[in-house]
Amino acid sequence: MNPTMSSTGPDSRQAQRKAAMTVLAHSAAADIAGRLAAIAIPKHENLREPENGLVMMRGRVGGDGAPFNLGEATVSRAAVRLASGEVGFGYTLGRDAQKAQMIALCDAMVQSAELSGEVEAKVIAPLRAAVNAERARKAAETAATRVDFYTMVRGEG
Amino acid sequence: MYVAVKGGERAIENAHRLLAHERRGDRAVPEVTLAQISEQLALGVDRVMTEGSLYDRELAALAIKQARGDMIEAIFLVRAFRATLPRFGATEPVNTGEMQVRRRISSTFKDVPGGQILGPTFDYTHRLLDPQLAEGFVPEQPATAEASQAATPRVTDILGRDGLIETSPPADSDAPVGDLTREPLSFPADRDLRLQNLARGDEGFLLALGYSTQRGYGRNHPFAGEIRFGEVEVEFFAEDVGFAVPLGSVELTECQMVNQFKGSTTEAPCFTRGYGLAFGQSERKTMSMALVDRALRARELGEEAGAPAQDEEFVMSHSDNVQSTGFVEHLKLPHYVDFQSELGLLRKLRQEFAEANQAVELQEAAE
Repeated sequence: MNPTMSSTGPDSRQAQRKAAMTVLAHSAAADIAGRLAAIAIPKHENLREPENGLVMMRGRVGGDGAPFNLGEATVSRAAVRLASGEVGFGYTLGRDAQKAQMIALCDAMVQSAELSGEVEAKVIAPLRAAVNAERARKAAETAATRVDFYTMVRGEG
Repeated sequence: MYVAVKGGERAIENAHRLLAHERRGDRAVPEVTLAQISEQLALGVDRVMTEGSLYDRELAALAIKQARGDMIEAIFLVRAFRATLPRFGATEPVNTGEMQVRRRISSTFKDVPGGQILGPTFDYTHRLLDPQLAEGFVPEQPATAEASQAATPRVTDILGRDGLIETSPPADSDAPVGDLTREPLSFPADRDLRLQNLARGDEGFLLALGYSTQRGYGRNHPFAGEIRFGEVEVEFFAEDVGFAVPLGSVELTECQMVNQFKGSTTEAPCFTRGYGLAFGQSERKTMSMALVDRALRARELGEEAGAPAQDEEFVMSHSDNVQSTGFVEHLKLPHYVDFQSELGLLRKLRQEFAEANQAVELQEAAE
């Protein structure tokens, strides 16, 4: 997961949006809603009503070669525009259209000079901590199943 | 031939009502929830997602519940659901090299960089029924250890550095990616279409075909170079956003089969490969898929191709269990008109046979 970035150029702004979207897509809708409840939501309108659809998921031959179609996945998407003009997009796996709506709202706020600090501190950062903690927990459980009986040197003992 | 019939609406309605009753089973027994199916019958959910060709755990769990545990019926339901939603596009190809690995083993290198990681596996269990699991069993919390920061490169990438294994066919940005959900199958089929077909193909069918190659019907000397299972990030280039947006992660299993070498007067001999990829933890499926993928490359690799697993038309036309079950099970539907005409023909033939026999008997009696 990308660390928080300061917003200077368009590239770092895009990286910041993407980093926030990653955290949000990995978070449960209820957790996002819980965090959003702690901040003042700016006036906004739906540019695209939240909707469900499919994406065809692609793999690569041999893991690194030419692409092929593996199978589809359900996705939800939404787009909002803040009264101040920022347009935010929300995309996520699954059929929870409200989650896509919340991601779109966060994406719009991340782009607002006025709101980005607060949404980063009160929404994205705590969700990122939870997502990272969950990853660390899984990684630690997985690490305990690492095989090390192969490390014996032949002829030893 | 199937000819439409009318009537029986009342009986059909009552049969479905009875089905709903039987599906619920003894009403004194608590109803199973989708979360229970998704959490506790997870590998069944993975199979329905893989062969239903739709990644959505909750929908796959619902399908299993509705189908009363009949996996092919559940897969059928999921396939039918796909048609109800619009497709926004195709994702960026997933990068399995950056998988958050939950399990990763190699049967070819004991000291593979990044280590052998068993993860949650049935391997090395004794396959004895465990009466403790019958009710109220509370498992121990999993053990933990310090997670390594070391990368877990694909075993095939390690072999590839020394040129010991063939490289994957490179991406051709001009060539569209074949999609058999959009265009009907035609032969010969390219590898992208073959892999899509195998990915959604019936696990039992592919298992039997893979096994047949091991038993000598199209032998290709496989090693499980690597099997990995874990979470992979998915990104989708959204036109409206202008960059590849993260969609979250999916669980995938990947199998890299390393097979007997080929070479020519112009190319040094190197190992060849078969590839398997599937949703969820689907190890048997991806291993079978990789064996069959390699077998289907027989012609490309200049091998004699006479075994069933090497015949792409045979394999690809019969791998889809929804298609197969549709054609087999349609035999249950009323074929009355068709059968009546067969019956008429049979009666006529029998009459001709009897008349001919009678003529012979009369002739013999007269002689």
